[in-house]
Order: sequence, then C-alpha cells, then structure tokens
Amino acid sequence: MTVKPDPIPCSEAVRQLWDYLDQAVSPDDQAKVEQHLSFCRQCCGELEFANQLRGFLASQSAEELPPHIKARLEHFLAEL
Amino acid sequence: MIEAGDRTRESFQQLASAELPALYWLARRLVRDGAEDLVQEALLRAYRSFGTLRQDTAAGPWLKSILVNVFRDQLRRQARSPEELPVDQVEDFSLYQTLIEQDPLPYSDTLHHDYLRAFAKEDVREVLLRLPELYRAPLVLRYMDGFATKEIARLLDVPLGTVLARLHRGRKRFEQELWTYAEETGLLLRGTVR
Repeated sequence: MTVKPDPIPCSEAVRQLWDYLDQAVSPDDQAKVEQHLSFCRQCCGELEFANQLRGFLASQSAEELPPHIKARLEHFLAEL
Repeated sequence: MIEAGDRTRESFQQLASAELPALYWLARRLVRDGAEDLVQEALLRAYRSFGTLRQDTAAGPWLKSILVNVFRDQLRRQARSPEELPVDQVEDFSLYQTLIEQDPLPYSDTLHHDYLRAFAKEDVREVLLRLPELYRAPLVLRYMDGFATKEIARLLDVPLGTVLARLHRGRKRFEQELWTYAEETGLLLRGTVR
C-alpha cells in the first residue's frame, strides 16, 4: 500500500519548485510537491513559470565578442 | 586533440581563444565594470597552471573555474560586508502572481512568456547587476553557466547549504528585480516586445 505524503501548503510547494525542477529535493519532498501539484492549479502555474525562467536564464548564453574586445583579448593572449 | 603534456604556449592560446566569448560574457554577468580585466587575469592564471589541465575538452569549465576564483579573490580584497537579505523581504514575492494581478500586458494571451521576452540581454544583465554579488554569482553560475551546486560551493568556498540558501534568495530577488526594473525603466512601454 502506498502511503500518501503529508500535504504541504502553497508557500512550501513554491519554495521548493526550483529545487524540484533541479531534481535537488529528497524523494519525500518530491512526493509532497507532486501531491500538492496534483490538486493546486496556481502552483502548477508557478511551476510552469519557474521552468520558463530557468530557460530564460539559460538562453542568455555567450554571443560573439564585440570586435574591439575580441581584438584586445586576442592580443593579450598573443603576448603571453 | 591536444594531449596532456603537450602544454605549449601555442596550444594554450588555441584553447583559450575558443573560450574567450564564454569567459567574457560570464565576467560581464559577474561584474559591472572590469570584465575584460577579469578575463585577462584569469587567462594569466590559467596559463601559469596550464599543466594541471588534463583534457583539452575540459578547457571551457576549467577556464571558467579560474575566472570565478579570480572574481572571488577580488571580492575578498574589496572586503565588503556580506549583503545577506532578511528572508521575509524576498520570500513573499511571486513574479508569477504579480503578473496575474497587475496584468501589465492586457492584450497578451501568453502574459508570462511575453513579459520575459520584453527583456533584452542587456536588460537582464542590468537586473542581475542589481543583485548583491553573493546572490548574483551562484545564480549566474548555476542557471546561466550550468555549474552544479557542489561545484559552486567549491568555487566560492562556502558550504553547500549556503549556496542552496543563496540560490533560493537570489531567485526570489531576481524575480523581484525583473518586476522593479521593468517598472522603473518603462520597459513594457517601449513597444518592442521581442
């Protein structure tokens, strides 16, 4: 028989959402978060937005260097 | 492929040159001014310890680690007092909820998505730079540069629990600053939702 985890309030679920997405919560906490998400539409929205924010941060990755910066750093490397 | 032992100046230059954009943009997210100096100092240190790099495929993370070390040392030299935030100051804010309540883009069917799209990369950098360094660095390293939390703890020389707590507060503070920045700069009124 599966034991249902103790329910947690929205504040606790929201506090754990990023760690949940990072898979950095314990199995117990994961079960509690998932149980909460199973009935709380607002926290499902929070979860979706947390996921969007993660993607948003990850998308700010490196671009090409401005030419003058590239030239200076290349020059610095060449002088080593 | 550069084997361990083939640690010549030329091989260092070749490896480092390919990583310059990643190093520079990481430095720009960590510091407001002096990103180029930070990269140069990291390159110098890396060159001196080039022999410790085991595989050239690891050059990117290795160079970034050295850059973070230089950044950490700079912070220590500045000897600023920590800017820990009271938990209750950041804990209650939810950007998700604030957007629903304030509805800054009333004609949008995908409010949260469109709100984030309004921020150009330079806007995001400005928002990040508004965060105290002790929150900004873990956030940047974890979510923009993909370092594991344990690695961040090692690089910043703080306990893992401290990194996790700072990540939590940093995320909340970041959400809060996204909202404040957009309000203060009239970002959504520029009419250029990207």
